[in-house]
Order: sequence, then C-alpha cells, then structure tokens
Amino acid sequence: MEILLALMVGILYGTGIYMMLRRSMVKLIIGIILLGNGANLLIFLLGRITKGSPPIIPGDAKVFTEAFADPVPQALILTAIVISFGLQSFAIVLVKRAHTVVRTDDLDEMNATDEDS
Amino acid sequence: MRTTIILKTASNYLLPVLLVFSIFILLRGHYLPGGGFVGGLIASIAFILHSFANGLSKTRELLIMHPGFLLPVGLAIAFLAGLAPVALFDLPFMTGLWSHDEIAILGSVGSALFFDIGVYLVVNGVTLTIIFTISESA
Amino acid sequence: MTEQIVLYPLFLQMAISIILMFGWSKIKFQKVFSVFGSILSLGLAIWLFSYIWSNGTQTIQAGNWEAPFGITFVADMLSATLVLLTAISGLAVSIFSGASVLKDRLRFGYFPIFHFLLLGLNGAFLTGDIFNLYVWFEIIIISSFVLITIGGEKAQLEGAVKYFTLNILASMIFLTAIAVLYGITGSLNMADLAGQVAEVENRGLVQITALLFLIGFGIKAGVFPLYFWLPASYHTPPFAVSAIFGGLLTKVGVYALIRVFTLIFVDDPFLNNIIMIIAILTLVSGGIGALIQNNMRKVFSYLIICHIGYMIAGLGMFTEIAIAGAIFYLIHDIIVKTNLFMVSGVVYRLNGTNSMRDLGGIYANWPKISLLLFIPLFSLVGIPPLSGFWPKINLIKAGFTNGSYITVGAIIFASFITLVIIAKLWAEVFWKEGKELPLRSNFGYFSKMTNTKRLQFIIPVAFLSIVSLYIGFGAEHVQELSARIADELVNSQGYIDAVLKSKN
Repeated sequence: MEILLALMVGILYGTGIYMMLRRSMVKLIIGIILLGNGANLLIFLLGRITKGSPPIIPGDAKVFTEAFADPVPQALILTAIVISFGLQSFAIVLVKRAHTVVRTDDLDEMNATDEDS
Repeated sequence: MRTTIILKTASNYLLPVLLVFSIFILLRGHYLPGGGFVGGLIASIAFILHSFANGLSKTRELLIMHPGFLLPVGLAIAFLAGLAPVALFDLPFMTGLWSHDEIAILGSVGSALFFDIGVYLVVNGVTLTIIFTISESA
Repeated sequence: MTEQIVLYPLFLQMAISIILMFGWSKIKFQKVFSVFGSILSLGLAIWLFSYIWSNGTQTIQAGNWEAPFGITFVADMLSATLVLLTAISGLAVSIFSGASVLKDRLRFGYFPIFHFLLLGLNGAFLTGDIFNLYVWFEIIIISSFVLITIGGEKAQLEGAVKYFTLNILASMIFLTAIAVLYGITGSLNMADLAGQVAEVENRGLVQITALLFLIGFGIKAGVFPLYFWLPASYHTPPFAVSAIFGGLLTKVGVYALIRVFTLIFVDDPFLNNIIMIIAILTLVSGGIGALIQNNMRKVFSYLIICHIGYMIAGLGMFTEIAIAGAIFYLIHDIIVKTNLFMVSGVVYRLNGTNSMRDLGGIYANWPKISLLLFIPLFSLVGIPPLSGFWPKINLIKAGFTNGSYITVGAIIFASFITLVIIAKLWAEVFWKEGKELPLRSNFGYFSKMTNTKRLQFIIPVAFLSIVSLYIGFGAEHVQELSARIADELVNSQGYIDAVLKSKN
C-alpha cells in the first residue's frame, strides 16, 4: 500500500511539474492541480497509514484502547484541499481573463511586462 | 444552451430537497461526517443545478440578493462565534462553549455550531460567486 | 484583558475587513473607515510592542488546547516589531490608496481585500505553528492575487500570471516541506519542532527538508535564482498596491526564513554556507539588474531583490551581531521600500510617466516636493546620518569577524551600486532638463488636483520619511531593539520555554 502511494505521489509530482513547464496556460493549470493533489497525498502518506481504525472514540468509552489513525494529517489535507480549491478557481478565472485580453494561450507570447518603458 | 425538460422539471424538485439535505449535513457535522464546508458545497450545488436548467438570470431572481453578500455575513457569524469565549468568559480565542441542556433534534448546542453556520454561508457565497463569474463571462 | 493581547491585531483587522465588506459599494465610507481602522491598528500595535518590550514573550493557545497539540500564537520581540511596521506601512498606504487608486478599481472591493492582506501579514508574524504559517501565507497570496489583478489591464494580467504561478509553486514546495517535517517528527508546533528536529538521527533528511523550506520561502522572498517573477509583476498594479507588496510581501518570506533557520534548522554549517552563497549572488545580480532598467518601478523592483541579499547574508553568517544587522536592515527596508513605490506614484502624477528617459525637471518645477522625495531615496542608499547606513556597519563588522571577506565585498559592491543607481535616478528624474511631454487627456495630473487630494499623496510619503529619519537619527534605539531581537533569536530557548511551559 505504501509503495503504491509513494509511486502515485511521484507520478503526480512528475506530471505536475512537466505540465507546468509546457507553454500552454491550460496545461499550466492542470499542472498546478496535479501538484496540489500530489502534495496532499504526500501528507497523507507521511502521516503513517493505519487501516480501518478511524480516530473516533466509541460512545461508551473515554479513551482509545487500540491503535488509531492520526487525525492531524487528515485535518491538514482538508485545509489544504479547501485552500487549493480557492486558488484553482481563481487560477481558472485569471487565465480566462488573460486569454480574452491577450488573445493567446501561449505563455511565450506573454512578454508585455518585459518591455522597456 | 438548450436544456431538456427532464432536467428542468427535476431541478425544481431537487432544489428544496438539496437545500434541506445540506442543512441536515451541516447539523450532523459535529459528531458524524459532515459539517459546514460540505453542507455549503451541497447548497451551492443546488443553486448551480438550478442555473444550469433555468438559466443564470432565473437563479439570480430566486436568490434576491447577490451571493457575495453571504461572505461578510458568514465571516461575521464565524468570527463572533470564535470571539464569544474571549468576550464573555475571558477564555482563549475559539475555545468551545457548550450549553448544559440538550435541545430537541439538535442535541447540545455550542459555539462550534455557529462557527459551522458561518463556514456554511461563506462557502456557499464563495462558490456561487465564482461559478456565476465564470459562467457570466463564458 | 491583556492575556490575549497577542491576538488583538488579528481581531481588529478581521473586524475592519468584515465591516468594509458590508459597505461594499460605498467607496467614500470605505476610504474614511480604512484610514480610521489603520490608525486604530497602529495604536494597538504600539501597545502590543510596548507590552512585549516590558513583559517579554507572550503566548496564547487558540481553543485552549495546550501546546504542542493546539495552535499557538506567539508574540516575541521580532513579531511585535514586524506587526508595528506592518501597521505603520498599512496606515500610509491606506491614506495613499484613497487618492491614487482609480474609482473603478475601488469598486471591486479594494479596501476589504487590502485589510485582509494586512490580516494575513499580522497572522504570519504572530503564529507559532508551521502549518498555520502556511495558511496565513495562503491568505496573503490570495488577497495579493486579487489586488494585483484588480483593474484587469493587459500588462497587469500578464504580470499576474507570472506572479501567480511561481507563488503557487512556492506554496506547494512549502507544503511538501511541512509534510516531510511532520513525517519525521510528528509535530507542527515550531517550538516543539526545534527540540524534535535536533534529535532526528537521519541528518540528510533534515537537510533536504531544510532546503525545501529554503526554496519555498526563497521564491517568496525573491532570492537569487528564484526572483524572476518579482520584476515581471511589481510594476504592473496600481502604485498603492506596489507599495504594500514591495514593502511587506517579500519581507514575509524573509521573516519566515529567519524564523525557521534560527529556531528549527540551526547549527548546520552546510546550510549556512548555501545561504551565504545565495545572499552574495542575490546582492550582485539584483544590483546589476537594476542598472539597466528604465522604468522607475522596475528599478525599485530590482533593488528589492538586491537588498534582500543583506538580510539573507546576515542570516547566513549566523552570529548575534550579523543577525542584529539583518533585523535592523529589515526594519529600515520595510519603511523605505513602501515609501519608494509611493514616491514613484507621486512622480507619475507629476509628469504622467515613469520612464526615466522621458522624465526630468521635477526639481525645477516642484522644489519642495523634490526635497521631500530626496529623503526616502537617499535613506535607501544609506548616506551616513540616514537610515540605510547603520545596519551595514553591523553586517560588515560581522563579516570581518567571521572572515567571510567575499560577503563583505558583495555588501560593499551592492551599496555602491545602489548609490550609482539612485544618483542616476536623481539626475535623470529631478535635475535633468525636462522634455515637453504630450499632455494626456483624462489624466489626474498633480497640478490639477484639489488641495485635499494633494495632501493624500504627500502626507503618507512625509509620514514614512519621518519614520525613516527617526530610524536614521535615533539609530541607537533601533540598534538596541535589533540587538535584543537578535539575542532572542540566537538563544531560542526563551522562545521554546515561553511556548511549551505556559499554562494559559
């Protein structure tokens, strides 16, 4: 299971960076999304995986009696997902606006900011 | 955009059902899976579905006010829920306050519930604003 | 009452931005309330500062969960100083925005988001939890994205795409670093991490994590190989936005670097060497980049990069006196860089352009304003009584004691090149005979403004110039403050004890 997830994280990071290095703006966004998912999965993986025992104390007990999954990585992932949701939707709106104004999808043609003035 | 009559009819019935379901998820959230974030997303899905079926302008009429207005309201509720322990009992920020008596259906009510309601409204407002902005400029 | 003083700046900024959101379309109200709120927050920041000065580090555990399990907010001397500086720059920029940002842009929620940005900055300075720091960083960058794109001109959107991509990449690297750090220690509280990381046996893994933090924060701070987004985007938004970005945003990266590398990853010659090399290259490349630019704001953007090098160099040398120099420079830099971008805004209003080739004759036409603008420009260079001079003495002294002569050379080179650039700028913009520029219709020239509007341009610049002058002439007080901060940072046990042993 860990090996599989570790491979998955590697693939997500690799494809994410590759996509970000392309010239198309849409691929840039896809890259950002993949990278974000990779980071979330990495937190999950490094928080140690405990199968089938959620960190919920049963109603008739006061403390845990068995090994339980660490709730902190899950909380972190939830926060990170919410944040990346906001960032990605902003990215989509921004790229759309940029496309209508600059009239190109090619990042190489975006060089108005480097002009001398 | 042409929409089928099936989607149009279904969305009219689905809107109230989804809204009730979202409130159910919101209230369930304290002890079981659910909560303000998920509830808010479900509520916004209800309106988005309505706008797909009936067009954006119809949904705007239904909402009366701009969804962006939910943002400050939700933020204010969540912020005050966090501030309540500071102002009333001189406890650190965001300490959970709980009522002693149980209320029917809801169970014991605490400041966490109000925080969740705030989150619900903010998520709803943000999602709708984003989706409306995207579909307006499309 | 004073138990939760650490959180008051956050409460206030949050409340201001919520109230401003309720008045979304009432621009007049927003202008007045934003200035009013900024004055309040300045008062609060002064109170926090003096309280910490006399009572030492304060902590508060959010939600009453004890450290290291809950989220801790910590105000030590460094945090309190930075909160104070944020409030000072915030007030100046708030006044400046009222006059200089166009009405069309103010309508899209400029002021609420501006205060959200300040909330994020205060939060980042005050938190004691590494993941919480990530969340505050995200609040900062989301607000800055909105501020940088507000208005939606072509250059702005292009700059925003670059700014946005690299900042998100930085956040992802930061998040990856947090994941690895949590994996090896199982903690997120920075004070707790300091102890945990020291006990990890696999030092290679610790170094890699530290490098991930260095890259993540380095992109945000704009250090040598990672700064390209900065000069591509900082000259595109309105001047008030450039001012707050130039003054504070890169400094958050520097703050995070200082915090993490004095508290968690300490005593590692390998890392310190890398930081030193980066600092030297940043000083040289930023300076050379600024030499060839023509747009005033681009010159200042490169100077931001160049001067980040001083602070990083102080961190890299890692002696008490070097860190004191870095902190002194940080204090001076926040005020001066904010002011410089406002200066470029004033110049833009005077002549309708920011191109140094076309500008000229401002001294002949506006002698009093020119004298006012002289102060921030030459504070930056550090002509002796002015503020940029003193921290460099610390840094150079530390460099000689450490025997790192290349760093000393780079520091002197960068100061010299800054002098050349500012002298050139002064000659081109103020002394050179002015060309007859074609008058732009529909442009709010300074000469056509009413007196109240003129004051809104002049007061913030004058206010920050006075603060700069104080830093220069009252250098002994600032020196005492930076020495105390450096002492707290180097002997971090005080910070750790304050967080872990406090029972609130």
